[in-house]
Amino acid sequence: MKIAVLVKQVPDTETKIVINANKNGIDESNIKYIVSPYDEYAIEEAIKIGGETTVISMGPDRCIESIRTALAMGIQKAIHIDTQGKSYDSYQTAAALAKVIKDGGFDLVLTGKQGIDYDNGQVTQMAAELSGASQVMVIDKLTINGDKAKVERRIAGGSKEVYESGFPLFLGCEKGLNTPRYASLPGIMKAKSKPIEKKSADELLGGATALVEFTNFELPPERAAGKRIEGEPPQQAAQLVKLLREEAKVI
Amino acid sequence: MGDILVFAEHEDGKIKKTAFELLSKATELAQTAGGSVMAVCIGSGLTDAAPTLAKYGAKKVVLVEDAGLAKYNTTGFATALAAVITEYKPTIVLGSASALGKDLFPRLAAKIKAGLASDVVSLKIDGGKLSAKKPVYAGKALVDVCFKSDVQMATVRPNSFGTKDPVEGAQAEAMSKAFDGGSLTNPIVEIIKGESSGKADLTEAEIIVSGGRAMGSAENFKILNAMADVIGATVGASRAAVDSNYATHSMQVGQTGKVVNPKLYIACGISGAIQHLAGMRTSKVIVAINKDPEAPIFAKADYGIVGDLFKVVPPLTEELKKAMQ
Repeated sequence: MKIAVLVKQVPDTETKIVINANKNGIDESNIKYIVSPYDEYAIEEAIKIGGETTVISMGPDRCIESIRTALAMGIQKAIHIDTQGKSYDSYQTAAALAKVIKDGGFDLVLTGKQGIDYDNGQVTQMAAELSGASQVMVIDKLTINGDKAKVERRIAGGSKEVYESGFPLFLGCEKGLNTPRYASLPGIMKAKSKPIEKKSADELLGGATALVEFTNFELPPERAAGKRIEGEPPQQAAQLVKLLREEAKVI
Repeated sequence: MGDILVFAEHEDGKIKKTAFELLSKATELAQTAGGSVMAVCIGSGLTDAAPTLAKYGAKKVVLVEDAGLAKYNTTGFATALAAVITEYKPTIVLGSASALGKDLFPRLAAKIKAGLASDVVSLKIDGGKLSAKKPVYAGKALVDVCFKSDVQMATVRPNSFGTKDPVEGAQAEAMSKAFDGGSLTNPIVEIIKGESSGKADLTEAEIIVSGGRAMGSAENFKILNAMADVIGATVGASRAAVDSNYATHSMQVGQTGKVVNPKLYIACGISGAIQHLAGMRTSKVIVAINKDPEAPIFAKADYGIVGDLFKVVPPLTEELKKAMQ
């Protein structure tokens, strides 16, 4: 089986976000970048399944570091889709990825349920549509049996939907699917010398144009610290309920 | 501008309340944008759909009834919705940022080449076009999404807008559209009901009671469950509590869990890591109960109680019981 893992490089979850002067993005200085956490479940699952595994990442040169992380964990091959300083919306990103995935003849495409930077959660489904493949998002269980995959995804109330699908298939991975391994030292050393195939995003787009644009980045309004309720627990409880009813009017 | 189409979700024919919120917002947008408000419902057993959706502002309701679509299917639903959009030509299409909406809308957007704003918290008409505001970096920042496509689509985070009172006796023109989607790939073969099915999901809950590392054990969550039952709340947890196996991942609130938007969020024994705050900061009212007076959660809380949650939660549950009577 040929497996592709789509990986996005994003700011660490600890990052304090600062808006840039043009308000068209965030201040990228002093940011530590990581593999988007949900993509780690995709990497781990691909390694567990085995077969021929390829990591694909689209972004500027810095995302090579994330590609090396995937290689160090145990992915075999790598493709970097270079954005060369340009930015693309989800649809364009999906178009470029779909082209690489179709050309590569991948059976299974694994990725995180969403990138934790823009939190769009769009690229996987769009790339699946553009590739004419099936898709299941937010999965936390996968069993492959011959030419069929059985997949579980969580919906509201802790309930689960169980899907059965053939290939090609795109899956958006959720926490709980597996426990991503740490890269071993030999793995890290080996990853350093592995070849990374480079492709140009612009050439892969096939003329796809942006359908949305992000403008006016801003920080959310700060919440002011509110009231401290003093006293012993029974009085505190009574006072809180009174405030929730009469002042906040939420119960 | 053209019409606004709302994709109304339902469970076994019963329309979900997120649809009413979307129709309320669509009605407001239509006052500026012109055009009419329509709804579309897909599945089977939809006899009550049109009269119910009419009460919340739908003037036309398109029903795609097909036994093959009784259960959700990504490609089937995307094909059906694309056909409805092609026939009725709305310029705005709204859905809920639910498990279903998040799966379906990007697929549909790529199919019809429409721009999509995901998980938006605000919508307005600006210069004849839709403008959407959405949180990015798990709510640490906000961004405006502008559209470059003719059809403009958005999924809306539940509880962002509120719902107008239903208008009894309002009528909508009901129209059926046949499904011509061919055979369906990757069907749902089974639905496993969860222990909290029937309760609102965290992402749609109006009240949430959450526990952190200080809960100490999974067993201790029963005091939160008891309080939640009194006020009809859904129980959540911090990542620390989930990683300690006190709670399941489906209960996790935060940047790598669920982003929630309730009117009341009660954080018990949660210190307030930046990732957790990112997931619940849009809550209308936040209550924090924590032993540590320096806990960062207090800086975001409307009401703070410095104290041992095990001493505060039981009397609080009793007081809430009295208040709810």
